[in-house]
Amino acid sequence: MQASDIAASGPAAMKPRLEAASPRYGEKITIALLAACAAISVITTTAIVISLLVPSVEFFGDVPIKDFLFGTDWGPTFTPPTFGVLPIVVGTLSITLWSLVFAIPIGIASALYLSEYASRRVRRIVKPVLEVLAGVPTVAFGFFALVFITPQIQKFWPGFLGDEPGIFSALAGGLAIGLLIVPIIATVSEDAMSAVPNGLREGAYALGATKSKVAARVVLPAALSGVVAGIILAASRAIGETMVVLLAAGNTPNLTLNPTEPIQAMTAFIATTATGDIATGSITYKTVFAVAMLLFVMTLLMNVLSIRIVRRYREVYE
Amino acid sequence: MSDFDPKTARAQVAIAGARGVTAGVLSDQPRKDVVRNGLFGSLLFLGIMIALAGLALLVGDNLIKGWPRLNMDLLTNGTSSLPANAGLHSAIIGTLWIMAFVILFIVPLGVGSAVFLEEFTGKESRFARAVEVNVQNLAAVPSIIYGLLGLAFIARGPLSLGFTVITASITLALLVLPVVILVSREAIRAVPPSIREGSMALGATRLQTVRRQILPAAIPGIATGIILAISRAIGETAPLIPLGAATFVTYDPSGPMSGFTAMPLVIFNWVKQPQEEFQVLAAAGIVVLLAVLIAMNSFAIWLRNRYEQRW
Repeated sequence: MQASDIAASGPAAMKPRLEAASPRYGEKITIALLAACAAISVITTTAIVISLLVPSVEFFGDVPIKDFLFGTDWGPTFTPPTFGVLPIVVGTLSITLWSLVFAIPIGIASALYLSEYASRRVRRIVKPVLEVLAGVPTVAFGFFALVFITPQIQKFWPGFLGDEPGIFSALAGGLAIGLLIVPIIATVSEDAMSAVPNGLREGAYALGATKSKVAARVVLPAALSGVVAGIILAASRAIGETMVVLLAAGNTPNLTLNPTEPIQAMTAFIATTATGDIATGSITYKTVFAVAMLLFVMTLLMNVLSIRIVRRYREVYE
Repeated sequence: MSDFDPKTARAQVAIAGARGVTAGVLSDQPRKDVVRNGLFGSLLFLGIMIALAGLALLVGDNLIKGWPRLNMDLLTNGTSSLPANAGLHSAIIGTLWIMAFVILFIVPLGVGSAVFLEEFTGKESRFARAVEVNVQNLAAVPSIIYGLLGLAFIARGPLSLGFTVITASITLALLVLPVVILVSREAIRAVPPSIREGSMALGATRLQTVRRQILPAAIPGIATGIILAISRAIGETAPLIPLGAATFVTYDPSGPMSGFTAMPLVIFNWVKQPQEEFQVLAAAGIVVLLAVLIAMNSFAIWLRNRYEQRW
């Protein structure tokens, strides 16, 4: 269209055409397909919730929810069966606790070292190695706990701490899981520490702080919410970890936080009971799903908490 | 100070004096601080060394224990109840079959989701927010729960595919899909808006912009995510246990509807055997698995660092 045509044809024709020249059905179909891809994750969540909820509801028809949550006797495959879930919940928490006792100091120290002390060259080598540690399959950690960590603990066990741990113990499992979650705490914390504005460090130096004071009293507190989020993420990973507890921590329901004793974790119960030949609809089947439901709720709550902390922290510096 | 000549003796003395005073005031770090600084630094260094030593011990211990069985027989022998004849052959074939279908699922689904979330939804879209929250939560669901989903929904229940390669593939694909989506989104987000705007200003449609500009620019990041996801899927054992891990598959899986076995499962079964020879075999198997995974992860990390584009 020429300029003179526009001038000649009046105000109605002057309105520029901005809509597409063709309806582009192909593009609309493709976008709908992409939306369908994105919907898969919603469908997956729904499927998980349904597949856990239905047998759990049936289970609570047979076993009162109070007896399940607060009972201290766990023997769903015994006759007569008992359904007090506390021993295996405490087993899971004990493992998580001991893994965190090991992983929190190591993880934070690694993060502080990488972010404040390491030269660029060291950081460029060490960070990928830590990421490789995160990629080691869990069955390898379980085997390592069983054939390396446990014998070493028994060999170097100081007598004044009481009896040494047996072949299966919460301590061996906790240490192996601790090693497994160190990279999570280290990488999430390191990200938070690198996000601390340099102005804070320079301000502290200008006031005469030493390097260690800057790291411990300025960077660490400023990055604390990120560090905490990393710890929660690691704890939720430890709670859900299966192979290590299955191989190294034992399969004995045991209501104790004593790390030298064998325990049964929730995941270990699920993995030993829900093998391919379990009969759908049996009380054992429903028990497995009720335990899994509890596990799902525990990790979900921790994840929501961690996301919330990260989000709050983001508002501060960006 | 036009008459100031730094070469004169007086100027030299003045400069030296000023330098001495400045250095004396500024570098006079109390001995206590020097000690404390060094101590703190070494403590942090010790922390990271413990983590790295743990990794080195894990690799070294398996290498030493598994050394007698680390030969070609390990890769060519099939499953056997006799430790002397047992090997990873069926397991490797099984893992390859499972991974082939995992890749088939996660590449289109993961990249499609990421493209949709980054390019075709607004920040305030409720659907996009729902998906985002879902992906974040799915990433944190324990892997054994995916196994139960596979048991209740895929092997039995609505899909009823049985304890087959395809069941294992779908289960593992769902497990690692959040990784692909999260990493791909990150890669797509890193492409600056000016590329999009430039493309659209030249008359490209949104889909053409995605296909010709954004995806090519984001491919290294997306590939990193996919490799990391596959390496995670190869190493996962827990979700496969409810899918009939106890079943002893002695043949080579031959297709999507065939019974399955996988490397970590076979290693897990070996670890559980009482005989000492099986422990050696398990260590050797772990070395093979570790070699594959470390190679894949290193490649992914290298890829990310190599093609990390600064716009």
